[in-house]
Amino acid sequence: MERVPVLKIGDILLVSIQIDMEDQVALQLQEDLAERIVVTGCHGVIIDISALDIVDSFVGRTLATIASISRVLDAETVVVGMRPAVAITLVELGLSLPGIRTALNVELGMDLLARSRAEEYDDEQDDESDPVVVNES
Amino acid sequence: MALSSEGADRFAALLEENQEALVGAWNDRVVETLRGRLSRTELHRQTGELRRAFQLALAGGATSLADPSAAELRAQLSELSTSRARQGFTATETAVSVFAFKEAVLESLPDDASVLREYIAFSTFVDAAALFTFDSYVQVREALIADQAEQLLELSTPVVKLWEGVVAVPLVGTLDSARAQVVMERLLQTLVDTGSPYAIIDITGVPAVDTQVAQHVLKTVVAARLMGADCIISGIRPQIAQTIVALGIEFGDIATKASLADALRYVLGKTGQSARKPRER
Repeated sequence: MERVPVLKIGDILLVSIQIDMEDQVALQLQEDLAERIVVTGCHGVIIDISALDIVDSFVGRTLATIASISRVLDAETVVVGMRPAVAITLVELGLSLPGIRTALNVELGMDLLARSRAEEYDDEQDDESDPVVVNES
Repeated sequence: MALSSEGADRFAALLEENQEALVGAWNDRVVETLRGRLSRTELHRQTGELRRAFQLALAGGATSLADPSAAELRAQLSELSTSRARQGFTATETAVSVFAFKEAVLESLPDDASVLREYIAFSTFVDAAALFTFDSYVQVREALIADQAEQLLELSTPVVKLWEGVVAVPLVGTLDSARAQVVMERLLQTLVDTGSPYAIIDITGVPAVDTQVAQHVLKTVVAARLMGADCIISGIRPQIAQTIVALGIEFGDIATKASLADALRYVLGKTGQSARKPRER
């Protein structure tokens, strides 16, 4: 059976899906990813689906499950590179993939992860000192 | 009443004998209706060619316009209607150009009651020719309208880059399903191509917002979100805001702003850039 490789880059796990997402492949990816997050202790997961022509409801649900699992393991998941045609189809089908964060490409996805990580870090520091007003307009 | 083959021959001979007088009389009548929008020499060339085509068709034994020997005539007639349609003449003016031929022929006929029967048959033939002209005129006009509608569809949906990482779609005109689809596809494609995480949909130019238009806009916003871009709706006029509330349309957590400037300021605020910052030289 084909498997989707999981690559570790710094503090991020990168998954680029280049093959047709069959149900078995999706389930295998879910398992592999959970294991790798625990082994590597990464805090971010980027799933690149820019090569996918079709995202059906099962794949959509698996992506949502992966995001939930990662969150439990203290890792943010960002789905990047969704094609316009895929997005339109999902909207027409009424699937809005709740609970999944998205970005246009891998670079913006990494930015997003870095930002949310920094905010989290700030929050932890803020807890110790007095609350600071962030808006300085 | 169909033209007999002897009648066709006679008229073919008549058209050839009196060609100068015929074309002259024909031109005089057509010039009146066209009121100087076509030069006399141009008209002379057209009617001359048409007369020759009529003569050839009749000499070839055509008793109706559908005959194979009238193919040349049909080609001439459709060429005439194409050029008239493109130059903006009305359907009547185009058809009259052909009908006038009957009167011109009547003048050249001998004062003899015996030809009346054949003249009526010939007149039916010219009527058929004029109707054919009318039909091809309508076809050309419809093709023109279809072309323009397509051009309008392409022209009316530009996606412009407003700032680094911010694109805007100024919507102008009524949004129907076909246009909404084009707008959605073009916006999403631009987001991918430019890698812009923010899009502003400006509806200042949309005259009315009903549930259908709102549905289209909402779908676009949700699709953009799925791809990882944030959409802001701007340019909501007071009446439109009232309509939206009256219709019970929910924009949910989608940011809506009154003007494009507000939307841009909001986006820049979120990305941490300032619009007021002077440029470094």
